[in-house]
Amino acid sequence: MNKLPLLAVLAAAALLAPVCAAQDSGVTLIKDATILTVTKGTIEHGSILIKDGKIARVGKDIKAPEGATVIDATGMYIMPGIIDCHSHIAVEGSVNEGSVAVSSMVGVGDVLNPDDIDIYRDLAGGVTVAHVLHGSANPIGGQNQLIKLRWGKTAEELKFQGAPLSIKFALGENPKRNNFRPPPGVPQRYPESRMGVMDVIRQAFVDAREYKKTWDEYNRRVAAGEKNLIPPRRDLRLEPLVEVLEGKRWVHAHCYRADEMMQLILLAEEFGFHVRTLQHVLEGYRVAEEIAAHGVGGSTFSDWWAYKMEAYEAIPYNAALMTRRGVLVSINSDDANEARHLNQEAAKTMKYGGLTETEALKLITINPAIQLGVDKRVGSIETGKDADLVIYNHDPLSVYAVAQKVFIDGHLYFDRGKDLAMRAENEKERKALIEKEKKSGESEKKPGEGKGGEKKPGPAGKDAKPGDPAKPPRVDVMTLGASN
Amino acid sequence: MHRAEFFNRKFLAAAAAAAALALAPAVVSPSAAQEKPRAKAHQAGKTYAIRGVKIVTLAGPDVAKGNIVIRDGRIVDVGPDAAIPPDAQVLDASGLEAYPGMFDSVDQIGLEEVSAVAATVDSRELGEFNPQLQAATAVLPASEHIPVSRAAGITHVLTSPTTGGFGGSSGLILGQASVINLAGWTLDQMLVRRSAAMVVNWPDFNTRSFDFSTFSFKERPFAEAKKEYDKKVQELADFFEEARHYQQAVAKGSAQNYVRDLKFEAMIPVLEGKLPLLILADRAREIRGAVEFCDKQKVRMILGSGADSMKVVDLLKAKRIPVILGPTMRLSDNEDDPYDKFYTLPGDLQKAGIRFAIASYDVQFVRRLPQQAGNAVAYGLSHEDGLKAITLYPAQILGLDKDFGTLEKGKIANIMITNGDPLELRTEVKYLYIDGKPASTDNKHKELYEKYSKRP
Repeated sequence: MNKLPLLAVLAAAALLAPVCAAQDSGVTLIKDATILTVTKGTIEHGSILIKDGKIARVGKDIKAPEGATVIDATGMYIMPGIIDCHSHIAVEGSVNEGSVAVSSMVGVGDVLNPDDIDIYRDLAGGVTVAHVLHGSANPIGGQNQLIKLRWGKTAEELKFQGAPLSIKFALGENPKRNNFRPPPGVPQRYPESRMGVMDVIRQAFVDAREYKKTWDEYNRRVAAGEKNLIPPRRDLRLEPLVEVLEGKRWVHAHCYRADEMMQLILLAEEFGFHVRTLQHVLEGYRVAEEIAAHGVGGSTFSDWWAYKMEAYEAIPYNAALMTRRGVLVSINSDDANEARHLNQEAAKTMKYGGLTETEALKLITINPAIQLGVDKRVGSIETGKDADLVIYNHDPLSVYAVAQKVFIDGHLYFDRGKDLAMRAENEKERKALIEKEKKSGESEKKPGEGKGGEKKPGPAGKDAKPGDPAKPPRVDVMTLGASN
Repeated sequence: MHRAEFFNRKFLAAAAAAAALALAPAVVSPSAAQEKPRAKAHQAGKTYAIRGVKIVTLAGPDVAKGNIVIRDGRIVDVGPDAAIPPDAQVLDASGLEAYPGMFDSVDQIGLEEVSAVAATVDSRELGEFNPQLQAATAVLPASEHIPVSRAAGITHVLTSPTTGGFGGSSGLILGQASVINLAGWTLDQMLVRRSAAMVVNWPDFNTRSFDFSTFSFKERPFAEAKKEYDKKVQELADFFEEARHYQQAVAKGSAQNYVRDLKFEAMIPVLEGKLPLLILADRAREIRGAVEFCDKQKVRMILGSGADSMKVVDLLKAKRIPVILGPTMRLSDNEDDPYDKFYTLPGDLQKAGIRFAIASYDVQFVRRLPQQAGNAVAYGLSHEDGLKAITLYPAQILGLDKDFGTLEKGKIANIMITNGDPLELRTEVKYLYIDGKPASTDNKHKELYEKYSKRP
């Protein structure tokens, strides 16, 4: 056993520092690759010119400007950076404020952890943008945060500036907590039925409307020139819901069963707000017409099923079937491990439901970009867009494709060649650190995990050997647990 | 700590004979398995032929275009010139490709339906020592997971007891894993080998553990973790010691010398070296401990999961211990590990000369087995080894390669017919033969898809 967590934490930054330093001339030409633009077709032997973090030109026969860094990508494939519409990486501690049924006052943006190794791992899988969601323990959950996977930057620098605000809702088994019972002495939390879930959401919006009214009235009187008015008391729980009512904050709702999707859509119409996406939406195929008619997006898994009752009728044809019925669909990970092969998960829709290659690619690029309101910036390879790009050694819809280089804002954040080259040196440094620690006589000699501190108990589920009681089960099975 | 099962002694006129009888299924040999009545009852006399198909035998060069002939459940002829008997039911598979059916060599098929619904989970039991449990006794032949997994080309699996999960137990000896074909109306029709491995959940050596009561990770001092680990290993050794005493008493053959105990009885094939231990362990220290243990106990070991196999690769090689790896799509517990650790692991083990297989260790994700192998190929394993890691190699590791793993004369006809590379994501399994008969690729998912595709 060679895992010394304290050392690991100390060493982590040195071991896996970002590899972007060399690419700061501001101008880069990637040439002679198969370019999968997603929105403008495929360009064989094409080139991409990057200037100041943006895509300056795309096409054939682009000459390298003087001073430009030139990357020969002969035989390689380039696609837009993958956008993961449902992630829980880069969060310090729990992703659930599960103690209350409405936790709209909290936000994951306040607890981003830029040192989470899963940022680097997902980056190495071609992910450049992740929608980091609050958990699904509450009918109305916390505020989400869109990030770019700028490994090595600070928490604030991870944030995708200018993206629409968003909030997590959750329906079904997780907010009603059927799969979880609190420890002895801790009371069960309302709700525990789908009736209760809808009640919680309805009551919250009744309150939010009243709250909005008091502020509207106050603002009206201020505007009318009244003096010395006492403003209403601010309510941080209701403010985000008022933003939802005003269309300023977008709702991304965790759901599984078709019936609960319809209930939420109807409730939203009753209160005059819009559900931007149904997340997971595993039974979306049953009500695809209705989802499409209400202009709601769907963000689903490729082939997950049967891990809980409400996932028992899930089918891998879901994404394709919803797409065919006019729903804007994306495929997400909900899991740091799954995120590393979202290109493969998207490819499955060609087998399950017969989507075309471009349609499959859209599920992890331009479609989630639209769902998250950032399609003007990312999601395709077009002039003027952010230079978020992945270079693969094969067609990314093949299982054999390995990401070689990943750019965000034109900077090289992942380079497989450099990662491989650094390994021996890193190992040497690691051993030296361990020796140093041993000599200092302060070694705690712990054989435990590498991840320091409290870590969300999410992705470990898939990592766990069968029957390992030390590891929690798969994320989505659990309710209090990290994810969804 | 373990509870003896007491039986009426009158029930056992000759204890030794009775014990031997009880053990019979546990030590059944591959050849005995094929002679089971079911093979005769539902396979006899049927002849099938697959015509004009590309054949990837995995036992030599591919056949660009050839025929496969199946009779009484087995492949009787295969190759470019294999003659099709007049009575054969013929499938014209021109333009398609035939491969050995895939073998998921550790999963919980038939034992778990909906993981979060305890009422549908039969893969876990209470108590630390349960060698007497057999997966086959709880397999649900009507499980929806069977046709769903089958449609992906998985034709047979080692279904295994497990532990953990939400509020799960922390057993040490979990029970016997069973090999089943993924087709059949009854367990009897599905069963290949009732007892293929004794599954051991090797004690964790870990200062960090997950506490379900507070749903958070707990840290504890190294000394405490070591003490608990050593204690558990000692308990395991004690159990083996007791089982050995029991084995000796049975060998003496006198009913007066012991009370029948199903737990100890189930250990005898292990102690005799006839039944391998499938030891689930991930950390290097644990793997070393398990290898030492098996060495001392003189029992056969298969390493299961084996995350840190490469750290103990010399030991595994010296002791000739095969590994049934967990998924390649997996994250390391250790953030200092290379990001591609599990993608490269199969290729690394292959280069080191270790016999290995890749398994799902799952239920819902069994159908991702070819994707798991495909990722290993992307990161350095040869394509042929990628295929063998989910066909031939698991059969070899479990001593079933006389019957499974290649398309050769004499093997049980578990065959998948695809429209391309089975490891590729868009490849479809068009036809299946399991246990020598055509098997349907229909399943719940396809049915729901068709139903809702037609929704007005």
